[in-house]
Amino acid sequence: MNTISVQEADFDVGAEIEALSAGRCDVGAVASFVGLVRADTLAGGGDEVSAMTLEHYPGMTEKSLEAIVAEADGRWRLLGTRVIHRFGRLVPGERIVFVGVASSHRGDAFAACEFIMDYLKTRAPFWKKEDTPAGGRWVDAREADDSAAARWAK
Amino acid sequence: MSIKVLYFASLRETLGYSHETLTLPANIATLGDLRDHLARRGGVWEALEEGRNVRAAINQNMAGPEVAVADRDEVAFFPPVTGG
Repeated sequence: MNTISVQEADFDVGAEIEALSAGRCDVGAVASFVGLVRADTLAGGGDEVSAMTLEHYPGMTEKSLEAIVAEADGRWRLLGTRVIHRFGRLVPGERIVFVGVASSHRGDAFAACEFIMDYLKTRAPFWKKEDTPAGGRWVDAREADDSAAARWAK
Repeated sequence: MSIKVLYFASLRETLGYSHETLTLPANIATLGDLRDHLARRGGVWEALEEGRNVRAAINQNMAGPEVAVADRDEVAFFPPVTGG
């Protein structure tokens, strides 16, 4: 089963991981990823991020996450996928994103989990704005994220 | 032809609009045409000029400048995404 949630509320990592194999005996591997808000400092220092606000495009966000999960389903033998992405104001240490993948074997679970995160980073319409002592600052897209996603090109 | 246009994140702040409904002149056929049309408003709208790092979607699917725009479409312009 694949489930996608875009929500303001936090999530329970343990419960989400357990749910991926609950009541079934064919799952041999569950791989998961949790993304957190970092208290980054700029080069030069002193400009610490005190909070972050995540904006998204309601409707397209869900649609793009569903497409990414469907793509992963086509590439690996998966038994279940769970994606949760938060929006709104988050402070350092808070969870932003969860990806959990269940499969018979670890290879497919690890690969699909990483693939979903790499595609999410470059295709799902979320934008981060950081609060710093100097004011709000939109996070720039990173080329490293584009190259990470490009690795999976067929 | 009437379409809805949405703007997100830094682009929304720069333009001062989150959305608008537009009646398009007949010479606008593609997303690229629409973007040029909006950039020609001048001032802050130059943020949509060709060469600026702006992405777009039509009906909630990522779309390039060559994609046709049709009546009642939902078009969105936004900076490269930074989620995850």
